[in-house]
Amino acid sequence: MRLNDVGIFLFFVNCALVNNFIFSRFLGNCPYLGVSNKLSTATGMGIAVTFVMGLSSLFAYIVYTYLLVPLELQYLETIAFILIIAALVQFVEMFMKKSLPALYSALGIYLPLITTNCAVLGVTLVNIKAGYNMIESVLSGVFGALGFLLAIVLMAGIRERIEHSDIPEAFKGFPICLIIAGMMSLAFFGFQGLVK
Amino acid sequence: MPKKNSMRSIFLNGVLTENPTFRLVLGTCPAIAVTTNAMNGVGMGIATTFVLLGSNIVISMLRNFIPNKVRIPAFVVVICTFVTIIQLMMQAFVPALYDALGIFLPLIVVNCIILARAEAFACKNGVLASAVDGLGMGVGFTLALILIGGIREVLGAGTFLGMNVLGAGFEPVLLMILPPGGFIVYGLALGIINAIGNRRSKVTAAGKEGVQA
Repeated sequence: MRLNDVGIFLFFVNCALVNNFIFSRFLGNCPYLGVSNKLSTATGMGIAVTFVMGLSSLFAYIVYTYLLVPLELQYLETIAFILIIAALVQFVEMFMKKSLPALYSALGIYLPLITTNCAVLGVTLVNIKAGYNMIESVLSGVFGALGFLLAIVLMAGIRERIEHSDIPEAFKGFPICLIIAGMMSLAFFGFQGLVK
Repeated sequence: MPKKNSMRSIFLNGVLTENPTFRLVLGTCPAIAVTTNAMNGVGMGIATTFVLLGSNIVISMLRNFIPNKVRIPAFVVVICTFVTIIQLMMQAFVPALYDALGIFLPLIVVNCIILARAEAFACKNGVLASAVDGLGMGVGFTLALILIGGIREVLGAGTFLGMNVLGAGFEPVLLMILPPGGFIVYGLALGIINAIGNRRSKVTAAGKEGVQA
């Protein structure tokens, strides 16, 4: 799927809906299940992830193309990418604290968690595998993260509703969430036909 | 030096009491993504066990040298080294499995179980205890993946480890090997294991009361 062939809208549909990180790539499940119990925290997490995923796609592309490929060190991609992400998260955190205190107080606690969000490392690896150029990489990161935002906000909405439902004791918490996620994943299958 | 008995309990802690997949609910992504059949579960489990064992040993050896402030990046680099080793080894010796696991092999780096054990256990305990803990957690993870992968493979394809088990008349439930099936099987398995755990703890509590009476 290249940007030039399909245009930006279908590229968005492909990254955010058809290949949704949660429902068809299974990346980022831990924050998806962990911080989806309230709508406000879920939204915060989703926005923070979007921010970091866009940036890390960009830097991962630059480091891979201009550093690892010329030096023939492609096998170090995992180490390089995880260090980029860790450094970036730290940097974003410091930058926000200094210049955007309002945003920092809203997203601050989620930022450190993002380092171990496998969707972030996942998107950088997916971009390299798909052979995306710089613009495609950044867009794939941002759009993919918007798909994650949609999934986590939907999940939080459902969880707030079922909080007082009569669920069997053993299924409270994670088990029922996973089953709901299964149903949502089934619904997202409907998008499969949108992009060939 | 910990006693032999405590080594056994550390090992069993990883396999049963704090099973990473069903008890701690960590590392859920690979538990759903690669378990379309039991064999992939075995492969992923072994790769993760190798990384857990290696990183736990190295981190516990270095625990007095790593400054507290930079411990997380240091752990990640250690874990990443082992992931790269297993990645290159699998690419060389079991290419089919390497292709099946795909992107989830490098993603072992961000599997929360490994960082959680480094943080919660390896940086506070001796080398031997950490190795046993890594092994126990790895075995627990592998067993969980085989369970989920087995259920999905039997229902979704009518086979187990590639062998036909349900006969030719069985119509495979395709849903089970598609993504939604992963979520649903994992959710149901987790719920049933919770139910068993709750009942057992009730029985033990009732038994204790009986003894006191």
